[in-house]
Amino acid sequence: MSDAVSALNGATYNGFVTVTELGLRGMITLRGDLSSAGVKNAAIGVTGVDMPGQRQVHTVKESGLAWMSPDELLVMTPYAEVGDKLAQIDKLLKGKHYLAVNVSDARAMFRIEGAGVREVMAKLCPVDMAPDAFTPGVFRRTRMAQIPAAIWMPSDDAVQIICFRSVADYAFGLLKDAAEPGSEVGLFA
Amino acid sequence: MLILTCPSCGVTGEETEFHAGGEAHIKRFGPGSDDDQFHSYLFAKENPKGVHFERWRHNNGCGKWFHAARDTMTLEVFGTYPAQTLEPPKQIRDKITAKHPGWKWREFS
Repeated sequence: MSDAVSALNGATYNGFVTVTELGLRGMITLRGDLSSAGVKNAAIGVTGVDMPGQRQVHTVKESGLAWMSPDELLVMTPYAEVGDKLAQIDKLLKGKHYLAVNVSDARAMFRIEGAGVREVMAKLCPVDMAPDAFTPGVFRRTRMAQIPAAIWMPSDDAVQIICFRSVADYAFGLLKDAAEPGSEVGLFA
Repeated sequence: MLILTCPSCGVTGEETEFHAGGEAHIKRFGPGSDDDQFHSYLFAKENPKGVHFERWRHNNGCGKWFHAARDTMTLEVFGTYPAQTLEPPKQIRDKITAKHPGWKWREFS
């Protein structure tokens, strides 16, 4: 078997925040009736985190659940476990109306860390990044310059971004540019 | 710039996060309809200056379609409502009436 590599193979950049491509991450798209016990149990069962509410995300290390739309969840797992988790979901939801697909290799994930992360995201997304409006735990699908992206804050000084793998290089370029030393605006300082 | 609230995911975003999908509440005339019906279904659009109902899609967000009632001249948004509706909700029509008494759009007023 060939070695799987992520889009940018863990590239990093140090600006006024650090930008890191997080390497391979397991991601499963799970669609179905999110209010049904079956889907909830399967999602919670494979990740071990609580069911997120509307536009929320719950993560523990590399595992987590994110609310993507009224009928879609993103199940995050370590890359090596994604096959097992998918099989587990299929087993738990057998006979039910659902869809679960391994999308790990179709996505890229970035993490930016530092005091100015809110500002970096505010430069790129039409989202209110004010500390009282965008809090850790909020999951927001939006537009990052010209590409769709999903963002959330694992903590107050970090943002994680998911985008399509095909545009990972563009996303990395955007983040580098927005994090360039000397380009601080100081909006949320 | 329009500020729309997606009724599916509750996000209030500006218009670049959404995509316009043309006029709302169009009744489809397909196979079996006569030429006049098909012509009006395909080509006859309201395209008003003022109160308008449109379909929008939250394409950089949850990906769902919804309806929006807005004023094409002032860009005021009267409200958004789910795609699974055949007519604008009364609450939104009342809001438009308060601003534009006697408004009319297709069969709605």
